[in-house]
Amino acid sequence: MLAPVTVSLASLNIMTLAPMLIAIIGALVILSIDLFKGGLHKSLYVMVSLLFLMLDLGSVVDFGGLFLRNGTILGMFDVMLIDGLAILAQVIIVAGSMLFIPLALTSKRFHEYNYPEYFALFLFMIAGFQFMVSTDNLIMVFIGLEMASLALYTLIALHNRSKSFEAAVKYFTMGALAAGFFAFGAMILYAITGSVEINQIALALAKDEYVNIGYVLLGVTFLLAAFGFKLSMVPFHTWTPDIYEGSSAALAGYMSIVPKIAGFVVAMRLFEFLVHSGVVWLQVVLYVVVVVTMTASNIWALVQSDVKRMLAYSSISHAGFVMAAILIGSTQSNTGLFLYWALFSFTNLGAFSMLWVNRQKDLIAGQSSDHPYEKFSGLIRTMPVAAVVMALFMLSLAGVPPFALFWGKMYMIGSAISGGYTVLALIMALNSAIAAYYYLKLIVFMFMKEPLPAYGSKYLINASLSLKTIIGIAAIGTIFGVLAVNPLLKVITLFVYNSGY
Amino acid sequence: MQEHILSILIFFPALAAMLGFVVQKDSAKAYGITVAGIEFFLSLWLWHIYDPMTSGMQFMEIAPLVSAFGINYMVGIDGISLFIIVLSAFFTLIGILSLTETRRVKDLIITLLFLEMTMIGVFSALDAIVFYVFWELSLVPMLYIIGAWGGPLRIYASVKFFLYTFTGSLVMLVGMLFMAYFYYQATGQWSFSLLEWYRLILPVNYQMWLFAAFFLGFAIKVPMFPFHTWLPYAHGQAPTIGSVILAAILLKMGTYAFVRFSLPLFPDATVAFMFPIAILAIIMIIYGAMVAYAQEDIKQVVAYSSISHMGVIILGTFALNVEGISGSVFLMIAHGVVSGALFLLVGVIYDRRHTKLMSEFGGLASVMPRYATIFGIMMMASVGMPLTINFVGEFLSLLGFYKQSHSYTLVAGTAIIVGAIYMLSAYKKAFFGPVTKEENKNLKDLNKTELYGLVPLVVIAIWLGVYPKPVLEPINNSVEAIVQLMHDKAQTPEAKKRIPNLANTGTMNSVSEVH
Repeated sequence: MLAPVTVSLASLNIMTLAPMLIAIIGALVILSIDLFKGGLHKSLYVMVSLLFLMLDLGSVVDFGGLFLRNGTILGMFDVMLIDGLAILAQVIIVAGSMLFIPLALTSKRFHEYNYPEYFALFLFMIAGFQFMVSTDNLIMVFIGLEMASLALYTLIALHNRSKSFEAAVKYFTMGALAAGFFAFGAMILYAITGSVEINQIALALAKDEYVNIGYVLLGVTFLLAAFGFKLSMVPFHTWTPDIYEGSSAALAGYMSIVPKIAGFVVAMRLFEFLVHSGVVWLQVVLYVVVVVTMTASNIWALVQSDVKRMLAYSSISHAGFVMAAILIGSTQSNTGLFLYWALFSFTNLGAFSMLWVNRQKDLIAGQSSDHPYEKFSGLIRTMPVAAVVMALFMLSLAGVPPFALFWGKMYMIGSAISGGYTVLALIMALNSAIAAYYYLKLIVFMFMKEPLPAYGSKYLINASLSLKTIIGIAAIGTIFGVLAVNPLLKVITLFVYNSGY
Repeated sequence: MQEHILSILIFFPALAAMLGFVVQKDSAKAYGITVAGIEFFLSLWLWHIYDPMTSGMQFMEIAPLVSAFGINYMVGIDGISLFIIVLSAFFTLIGILSLTETRRVKDLIITLLFLEMTMIGVFSALDAIVFYVFWELSLVPMLYIIGAWGGPLRIYASVKFFLYTFTGSLVMLVGMLFMAYFYYQATGQWSFSLLEWYRLILPVNYQMWLFAAFFLGFAIKVPMFPFHTWLPYAHGQAPTIGSVILAAILLKMGTYAFVRFSLPLFPDATVAFMFPIAILAIIMIIYGAMVAYAQEDIKQVVAYSSISHMGVIILGTFALNVEGISGSVFLMIAHGVVSGALFLLVGVIYDRRHTKLMSEFGGLASVMPRYATIFGIMMMASVGMPLTINFVGEFLSLLGFYKQSHSYTLVAGTAIIVGAIYMLSAYKKAFFGPVTKEENKNLKDLNKTELYGLVPLVVIAIWLGVYPKPVLEPINNSVEAIVQLMHDKAQTPEAKKRIPNLANTGTMNSVSEVH
């Protein structure tokens, strides 16, 4: 007979679930509000979401303090793992979401925001991402990933245009494929090591000195493909531009930031030990993937005629740039990853919000897509402030100092140099030069061409006070990012270093 | 206030530019003149309180920026940067004063004031990253000036200008990060401070690579042959004010950076690359002159003559002795004054006739005597006639290089003399002979506004040609310190020999060494 398993409640350390639970409870509260009284205005749901996100952020920050005092916190049979990476990633996830959710308060009415489910799904998604980053158990990662992805597919589809359905279905199919790859990869690693926990896998592999290297490589290949899809690495990127184009600009901006940081953290946990244990093949493959992702997507971005698609390709390129941190694998580079992403989230969310404020309901005659470059012609004449702010985001994305993203770029290239990757550092720098061209193209349209009267009434059509506030926050973050770099660097280094990365 | 004079100089125009958004557009020009006037006055005051006998940095300010990565806001000036700063403030004032543009003047003034901030920032930065920030930021206002107020090909020209320079600078940024990393390896501290980098002695092969990385960034900015192709476009398409600032100040950033970074940081590599670069410089001098001779557009003549003169500056810089470097720094200022004035003069005739082709003119001397006189003086200064400002710089630069190589200097010197041909022939085509075109018969001579801009330049061109000492002496003192530092740091016997020892005057010592 099996002996009964007794588990003391204290050893479970249920508190480790607090941040995710807050988000989940928030979602349930929103659903139950709707249950009691339907047809309420979206502003209510936005504010309720925002409140729960604040609580969520508070609890994460609380864990941050706890981590600095006591080190890594484990819970729920060691499935939950709250270390520095988890805390940093959760801060970026939740703060990014807090910037995103007020974008629902547009002055035009949009289909999706009439459903309280939209906001509930949104909070479920955040909980999913949080689960994904605060564990090193591959099964838990899988659950978090799927929980978040399923919610995200629905959020895209709710935008209620034929292109959005197309995007959602495409994303769903690709996501399902990636999930399959992930399951296969995790299964193979489990088969050879008998564990689904990354640190246990690392120990087991080190113990038998990588005798099963063939299987390890097979498993890693599957996992690499899975993360390739999720982080839109070339050649797994093909879905990205279509899906960004199909979703609302706000959601596209969100997708370029939050899901990716979650992916990076898992990739960091998984690939870091493999790179460091001298799996040369993985190093080579990662090197190639990083360089190709950065360069190829930059070149594709050059030829886009739609600003949103251009930004989609550019965000692929930025992801490739940041992926270099995982290849380099030093404390400095991992710090650089978080710094880059924190600064990037401000700038990129700002850029996408600038597209969101001029989202039209109907295209005018001769307009091929939502945001062609021509739409921005001569903006400096008609709306000088909007043009200057948009130019600011473009310059920051291009890496022109002293705007926010330059500091991230500089620190990343610096970490490549101190990691001994000289050629990579040069490639990263030259890619910034290629990228400058397509960002400049928008500036050229805005500042140097004559305005087209047909678009005159379409700009800022969607702007409400809260949208302008978000753009203002993003702009201030972009300009004064330089002042935040030093404190950010100190905090991030502390967290990353204490987590052993 | 005296301690913070540099920060005030840097950020006052930027602050004024932001407030300028509020100013009503008809009053924008007056606002611009006021701000640029105050700024120029402040720069003169800086010159006044500057101690010319000290060779080191003065008015230093340090504030931590990203201390975790060793980046500080650090500014300070010596004799080399002082006059370029004064020149920047001066040309912004002159440029705004003689502005004839009527389209969106307010935007233009605000852009110019931002540009002024970046220019002064570049020349006073003592931290590599701060330097880089201003260096890159200066591209943005210029991009806008060329792209929005330029000629028919303006967008192509402005984007080419931006991308070309931006690419070179990014390679330079990699070089800077490497430099900081080597410093970190040697001392355990991250630092981007130029003064601390000066004390670092690098192995020769590292120096070669880093020199190459910095060289790419600087050479594109100068622009050195074969990276010069953006310049004719930029000048050809830019509005007058853009050309003036570009020729007078922005090009000097490259040559200034050679003196500030490449020479003292990598003395051995500098000596190793001395002759290849001298060859490039001589090609610039000859090729620039020949192409200038072939031009039909008078603005392009001045643009190519700039390339030619920048060649002399480079030659002087890479003479690596006090005469050569002092001469080249002086020539930077001289060329700024002269080419700035020439572009202003071309702008004057363009405003009247809306063409820059020399074949459209002829006999202007009889219609516009005052204009012809000033153009004549400036042209003489440009070809380096004795008792004009350029002569002093060119002579010293060549004298400096003569000590390194007689034959090279002979070629360069002859080329400069031959180079006078294109200027004289351009002048002849435009100003002498009978008035052939009907439209030219009633052209108005220079008006008061234009004279306000041009007369001070003429005065400076002659005054400093006759009596260069007030400018040359502080430059000389600071250059001596740099040459001595280079001599002390040099490791190869070749470099020790090429860079003179001024031991009795020098005081700086090298401290740490990296391997």
